[in-house]
Amino acid sequence: MAQTSAVQDNMRKEVKAPYRRQGRLVRTWNHNKALWLLFLPCLLYYLIFRYAPMFGLVITFKDYNLFKGIWASDWVGLKYYRMFFENPDFWPLMKNTFLLGLYKLVFGFPAPIILAILLNEVRKAAFKKFVQTVSYLPHFISNVIVASMVIMFLSPTGGLINNLLGTFGIGPINFMNEPGMFRGIYVLSEIWQHIGWETIIYLAALTAIDPQLYEAADMDGASRMRKIWHVTLPGISPAIVITLILNIGKVLEIGFEKVFLMQNPAIYDTADIISTYVYRVGMEQGNFSYGASIDLFMGIISLIFIYSANYISRRVSETSLW
Amino acid sequence: MRSPKISLFNVVSTIFLLVVVVITLYPFLHMLAVSLSSDVNVIKNNISFWPKGFNVNMYELVLGDPKIWTAYKNTIIYTVLGTLISLVVTSTGAYALSRRDMALRKSFTMLIVITMFFSGGMIPTFLVVRSLDMVDTVWGMVLPGAVSTWNLILMRTFFSGIPKELEESGRIDGLNDIGIFMRIIVPLSKASFATIALFYAVGMWNNFIYPLLYLRTPDLFPLQVLLRNLVLAGSASSGDVTGIGGDNQVVEESLKYATIMVSTLPILTVYPFVQKYFVKGAMIGAVKG
Repeated sequence: MAQTSAVQDNMRKEVKAPYRRQGRLVRTWNHNKALWLLFLPCLLYYLIFRYAPMFGLVITFKDYNLFKGIWASDWVGLKYYRMFFENPDFWPLMKNTFLLGLYKLVFGFPAPIILAILLNEVRKAAFKKFVQTVSYLPHFISNVIVASMVIMFLSPTGGLINNLLGTFGIGPINFMNEPGMFRGIYVLSEIWQHIGWETIIYLAALTAIDPQLYEAADMDGASRMRKIWHVTLPGISPAIVITLILNIGKVLEIGFEKVFLMQNPAIYDTADIISTYVYRVGMEQGNFSYGASIDLFMGIISLIFIYSANYISRRVSETSLW
Repeated sequence: MRSPKISLFNVVSTIFLLVVVVITLYPFLHMLAVSLSSDVNVIKNNISFWPKGFNVNMYELVLGDPKIWTAYKNTIIYTVLGTLISLVVTSTGAYALSRRDMALRKSFTMLIVITMFFSGGMIPTFLVVRSLDMVDTVWGMVLPGAVSTWNLILMRTFFSGIPKELEESGRIDGLNDIGIFMRIIVPLSKASFATIALFYAVGMWNNFIYPLLYLRTPDLFPLQVLLRNLVLAGSASSGDVTGIGGDNQVVEESLKYATIMVSTLPILTVYPFVQKYFVKGAMIGAVKG
């Protein structure tokens, strides 16, 4: 590829011989202007909607005033950070966010791996395809609908689950008002929603395993479980490690939408997490500076998480994101 | 070859996979059955996955509510417009980034990748959108999320796979870079355009956070917000709806299920046909990831 572009460059130089004396800058410009023009909308998008908000984070050090605007608002230093650390909600919020993310990691991470391995062992192609098609489906259903389904099925009056429990003589349980149950319900619903979709990455990795390894294991008289343990798992371990790093990095970045839709004040004890709190104080109560400060604080902790996960992985398994 | 005899492993894994299938499908069948059953049977809680006392009253009610149609119209507008804008911006950007000879390519890529790990967050983004006067407009729905970095990288990978020779032949025919993109790359990448369009369209159709943050006027609300108001917030739709049935609580349940079915139906019906495109897209992302 380098060769062709060298040839190209030569051609261009010959064609444009009279212009050769132009500065390098002009030549670069001439060569790239069409590509840069193609890239321009994308660049503008990132500058306006991704980078401008990052600079907007100065409001976390200011007393953001709607009417004065960002620049004219008064500097207040670390006032809002101090406010957050001294807030009695600080530790409960940190704990809720961290525990919800941790539960999701511990229970949600292995689930698609198990499903992928079992699917890989299925010999009937039609059955395998059927299970896959069905298990992907919930991934495309909106969070609003998933949250609605969860809340309605768990309803103490006429909900599917309580009807079922009722036939065993277990009295109606008001699941969505029990703080102790929220994390379990949330994590189960996440697994239900995404298990199929997340198997795709492992199924892709499984296709790359050399079939000769299985044949060799057969020769040695390995059982199904042994083959899974000694051939399949090592074969997909790079994919597992990469996904694990990404997931550890995302422990604190739990999707706002679904938690927001599933929570209610009765279960804030366990269901209120940083992002929903940010929405409440920032957007609903209009305390922009305070909300943004909390968000930035969490963003930085998240960054530390992903960086550390990547660092450890590079040391231990020589697999890393960068 | 592996032995074909029935083993304990096969039995256990088949049962496990069947359980996955049932747990995934049963909720939808149950909702469909309840929404199609007569209220007497709904009150008695004796419906599992087959409607009893079949009727479509609930659907007539849901479809007779003008709010549903407004929301449907809004969702379709946002989805179509949003997908078009996203596709244009993502594909042109991805093509430029896929060209190894573009100056500043590395810097641009870096600029984009950084946003995967760090962002300004909800509130500063809201302030930017508001300062652009996009709050409560269609633009607030389609522009702030126009590019997904994941899709951009996916598309760049697609384009990098196209042989260089095709571009060179275009150049010999006198096309410039934009011409090459329009006349050669786009026609060659129909499948990848379809895949990315599907990803964007589903994202837009299901989007809840943008309308929550950026819309104020109920007439602009898409289906997801209406759904949340009807089903979750429990502000049981328009006046004529709450009046029916003996036991409001229970009738409301089948009404809610009917509303869920009506708004999910497009995805449920299209899904089997487009599923392979999604999977192809995710596979490419996975292998390169």
